[in-house]
Amino acid sequence: MTAEILTFFIFVLAIFLGIELIFKVPSMLHTPLMSGTNAIHGIILLGGMLVLADAEGVVARITGFVAVVFGAANVFGGFMVTDRMLKMFKRKK
Amino acid sequence: MMSTPVALAYLAASVLFIVGIRLISSPKSARRGNLIAAAGMLAAFIATLPLLHGPGGGAVPGMNWLLIAAGIGVGLGLGAYGAYSVKMTAMPQMVALFNGLGGGAAALVAAMEFRHAEGRVLFATAMVFAGIIGAVSFSGSVIAFLKLEGKLEKPVTYPAQQIVNAALLLCIGALGAFLALSSHGIGLFVVLGALALVLGVLMVLPIGGADMPVVISLLNSFTGLAVAADGFAISNVAMIIAGTLVGSSGTLLTLFMCKAMNRPVTNVLFGAFGKTVANGEATQCVLGTVKPIQADEAGLVLSVAQQVVIVPGYGLAVAQAQHVIRELADELVRRGVEVSYAIHPVAGRMPGHMNVLLAEANVPYEQLVEMEAINPQMERADVCLVIGANDVVNPAAHEDPSSPIHGMPIIEAEKARTVIVLKRSMGKGFAGIENYLFYRDNCRMLFGDAKASLQALVAAVKAA
Repeated sequence: MTAEILTFFIFVLAIFLGIELIFKVPSMLHTPLMSGTNAIHGIILLGGMLVLADAEGVVARITGFVAVVFGAANVFGGFMVTDRMLKMFKRKK
Repeated sequence: MMSTPVALAYLAASVLFIVGIRLISSPKSARRGNLIAAAGMLAAFIATLPLLHGPGGGAVPGMNWLLIAAGIGVGLGLGAYGAYSVKMTAMPQMVALFNGLGGGAAALVAAMEFRHAEGRVLFATAMVFAGIIGAVSFSGSVIAFLKLEGKLEKPVTYPAQQIVNAALLLCIGALGAFLALSSHGIGLFVVLGALALVLGVLMVLPIGGADMPVVISLLNSFTGLAVAADGFAISNVAMIIAGTLVGSSGTLLTLFMCKAMNRPVTNVLFGAFGKTVANGEATQCVLGTVKPIQADEAGLVLSVAQQVVIVPGYGLAVAQAQHVIRELADELVRRGVEVSYAIHPVAGRMPGHMNVLLAEANVPYEQLVEMEAINPQMERADVCLVIGANDVVNPAAHEDPSSPIHGMPIIEAEKARTVIVLKRSMGKGFAGIENYLFYRDNCRMLFGDAKASLQALVAAVKAA
């Protein structure tokens, strides 16, 4: 089995896992969930870092820099805004 | 290639993401779940540091380290500012914006990596996919943001719109296939990205504001898939898993939302909501007249009730009246009235948005009842108090096959003994259609600003 096929395995299994994971989510948590998963795809920050480290020349550096800024805003903003939202879900005392 | 410690750290990060999403599924553990997912992100971040390498596999140039650090700093600042300055009512557009940034980053990473794709078709295909989807997600999210901010309220339609979109999609598909097979040509790749940006704009422009949640959810899953494709191309397992989880769960979430509105997803995306609204005048005379009520009388009706159901809508949040409604509910509970809140799945601007807004006002979530659970109880309710909600209580969804919302599940407010609707004026709801409920015999209208009306109601109940 080549590395490509193995990654493809992971990809397909992750599809099913994603579906299973949110199947039982009550609709009251849809907004926090959307916002939380939104933060998780902020992992693109890592991709931005990898390509910026490798960048040569002005254009490539600017592109990579913008990618890192976008990715960082996505990941930090995403987790912070989700936390702010969820902090407010409280039980009756 | 990845060393064993890095691989294990990525595995740990993936597990933390999965556990995190799982815990967000329950109100009790949701906050912990989010923090666990964030911990996973930190693990993935640290594990990536040893993977960074400079041009030609050498050490990372100091200049690039500096840029990475500065980029993270700027992004952190922007993200934190956005996250902590946004009002809870504006949450959906904030999520749209963060999502768009992620999509934009995915497209940029794809463009950067495409230069190394020469001769590797599979690799190039993943980059092309990430570039298209990321760019669509970026521009689409920006339009969704502007729409929710009220800067582009009306759906934009023009003749042959769908043909133009289909033609554009075809061009993008053809160019994408060419790029993937030839696997070189960064200039053409940029053209492809630009076309995808235009497609994102054209796709979202004709969609009405009421359907934006569905669009944001869909674009969220798009970004996830773009990130996964990027991860595939740079063989980063953590990115593949995280991106795919978001992509598949986001797709399902989108379908859930469409189901809540009883409309197929194709109808939302291509239907240009509100086109059929020509029935306003014709039905006007059949509907009859509305019956106003004053706050003191409404207060009296409430104070003698045994069971009160409150239906909050986005109007409540706009008037910043969440705290007053809790005050009213507390006062009623103190008098032995049974109070519950009926939450429509798409109340507010996103599914679950209303729960967040009420939680902000310290309403205990045990009092929040979902639509399916409240409807069978509605006949036993003495009073149904509708505040700033409109389309989600419109019986036209059941009765008028020509209505654009026909078939959408609604909260059956009209079944309560008395319905009191708090409303600023006779203006129409977000969907821009006439509400049959307001003309019912058991319905009374309390006109005015929601917050002022509620304050008057609290005073009236206290006096009664």
